[in-house]
Amino acid sequence: MKVELQNLTKIFPSRNKKSNEEVVAVSDFTFTIPDGKLVGLLGPSGCGKSTTLYMISGLQNPTSGKIFFGDEDVTELSPENRGIGLVFQNYALYPHMTVKQNILFPLQNLKGADKMTKEQMLERAYQAAKLVQIDELMDRKPSELSGGQQQRVAIARALVKMPRVLLLDEPLSNLDARLRLQTREEIRRIQKETGITTIFVTHDQEEAMSISDVIVVMKLGVVQQTGKPQEIYDNPINLFVAKFLGTPPINVFAGAVRAGALYIGDDKVLDVPGVDDREVYVGIRPEGFIPAADGALVCKLSNVEVMGRDVSIVSYNDSMLTPTVRSIVDADYKIDITAENVRFNLKPHKVFLFDKETEKRIYFGDQKAPAAAEEN
Amino acid sequence: MANVLNKVKGWFVNGFWKTFCVAWIWTLLCKKWIWQDFCVNLLYKKFDKWKAWLYLAPAIVLLLIFTVWPIFNTLRMAFWNKYNMLQEIGGTLKFNFGVQNFVDVINYQRFIDCLKTTMILCVATVPISTFLALVIAVCLNAIKPFRRFLQTIFFLPYVTNSIAIGMVFEAMFNIVGYKAIMNPDGTFSHVSVGIINNIIGIFGFEPINWINQGSGYWQNIAVLIIYIVWNALPFKILILLGGLQSVNKQYYEAAKVDATPRWRVFTRITVPLLSPMITYVVITGFIGGFKEYSSIVGIFGEDMQAVGGKSLNTMVGYIYDSLARNQQGRASAAALILFGIIFVVTLINLYVSKKNTHY
Repeated sequence: MKVELQNLTKIFPSRNKKSNEEVVAVSDFTFTIPDGKLVGLLGPSGCGKSTTLYMISGLQNPTSGKIFFGDEDVTELSPENRGIGLVFQNYALYPHMTVKQNILFPLQNLKGADKMTKEQMLERAYQAAKLVQIDELMDRKPSELSGGQQQRVAIARALVKMPRVLLLDEPLSNLDARLRLQTREEIRRIQKETGITTIFVTHDQEEAMSISDVIVVMKLGVVQQTGKPQEIYDNPINLFVAKFLGTPPINVFAGAVRAGALYIGDDKVLDVPGVDDREVYVGIRPEGFIPAADGALVCKLSNVEVMGRDVSIVSYNDSMLTPTVRSIVDADYKIDITAENVRFNLKPHKVFLFDKETEKRIYFGDQKAPAAAEEN
Repeated sequence: MANVLNKVKGWFVNGFWKTFCVAWIWTLLCKKWIWQDFCVNLLYKKFDKWKAWLYLAPAIVLLLIFTVWPIFNTLRMAFWNKYNMLQEIGGTLKFNFGVQNFVDVINYQRFIDCLKTTMILCVATVPISTFLALVIAVCLNAIKPFRRFLQTIFFLPYVTNSIAIGMVFEAMFNIVGYKAIMNPDGTFSHVSVGIINNIIGIFGFEPINWINQGSGYWQNIAVLIIYIVWNALPFKILILLGGLQSVNKQYYEAAKVDATPRWRVFTRITVPLLSPMITYVVITGFIGGFKEYSSIVGIFGEDMQAVGGKSLNTMVGYIYDSLARNQQGRASAAALILFGIIFVVTLINLYVSKKNTHY
């Protein structure tokens, strides 16, 4: 089921009458979520991603804008009529019911033509349980399950009534690191097997990048960029997106363009054809550095972290705006750890320039603005 | 020797503050340097063991005097045949150990009547008041405007004197018509009474003699049930509302997404999640119900019956009466029987609730 959001806006009224501070949680969100895809809403806390999810679910009403499921306008529909499955952040499993009763609960609510016999319900429940691999635990209470198992029960409960859209609110935030890795692959597998359009909310960029077909990056209620994970990573539209995606995070320098060349401090580091003379922010991905004896960018060497496959060089530069300059280079490069300085050349496609005022991307050379997200 | 004693005494009386200061400084010195590692620590460690008892002491002493000793005394008096305190104080009689008091109490028709009235009131009021409280709490929890105001309103009966409420109920349930009241100068004035019967009259029914002279036992009981339910509501509403407000809202959101009908939300989610509170409310309700006394005094006065009607006395009332008649043995036996009944009922309650409370 294709989900279409048109100019979706949510404004929370001010708390008291004295202050007129309205909170704009989501502002003018227009996006089409393609059918059968896994979409990650990504952003720091307070950016309106959960609000967006709750508006799609119907638990919150948009201030303005429209929501379509396929061609059907569901903006005015209440949550129970939208045919969605929602997995809450803390799962909201009914503590007094067994896993089986929890999964059966949505089916027992069905009325009219959808009404099922007991056998049909059980069959469906076991199908859903098998899909998330909890069919061994059907007679346990939620309190007797681990966090990951509870998560699966919650997903099974959301899936059992065959929703048109599956919504997951911070599905991995309550799990420990190891389980998180496991569960995110599990979510990916379940989504692939069912083919249900799935939207999930996360503040963890790694999580979003690893399993999403499409990512929506949000900040303060405004959509920053949408696209495939790799595209957004390779071609961020502004400084915020560049900083938000990637571990280790992007290195940011204060720089200047003079006569078609980029300067960081006094080092002329790169030719940037087609850019006027101006002050810029320079974002360089950690993998964008090439250590070279005659490298253009000179940094003070701090330490070198060996990770086997590659080497992480931590250094300092007077113009840097991030705490350190962290570069990841192939282990084949032999770095002299006793040297005072380390010199780098830069890979042009890993260097992003941003306007100092608007923080918007400035494209140079053969860099091109990303195509619109709809074409995915 | 006397001289020395006098001197010491004078030293203490006149120079007490000096002594105090010296002692205080000495203690500080002790703590600070000399004994710190050895003496004080040793003392303190030993003291730690007794610290808890020291802090508990006031409560323990009071409980021993006002709870444990009376319980023990009740046992003692109950198992002494025909025990009578005046005779014991006189010191002349020796009582035989036995169960005569219990036999007497059970064979006594008045006690059986009291037991019956108490049982009827209990069995009728606890389920009604619990159910009503649950409904009201859910409704109160659902509304937003005036919630605080309504909470206060519903809590008012709890802080109102039950005798005063009883008198208001008495006025409300009077028979319809005019009641003659004698003025100080000997003339009569007439007042209209009985709002309940007036209301019944509006709907065209005959007025019912609820509590006045010649009223029936079941009419009296009906008034009592209404009164007790009304009186018991605020506490139960308070407990259940507290429970409701601590229930995670996401359960309701999840239920909403799953298109759960309202009644099903109430029976399958709200009630099970509230079951610990409901259990508590039912158990305390039964205990309170078995101890019902002041409500009857409030409506029917100290005679505990309508004029010319059947006695509405309860178990606690019977215990008071026995004490007033100087039959402490019988009162103690009745108190123990009451305790036994409450104990068994509570056990049953716990057993039933354990079957229905799952988490």
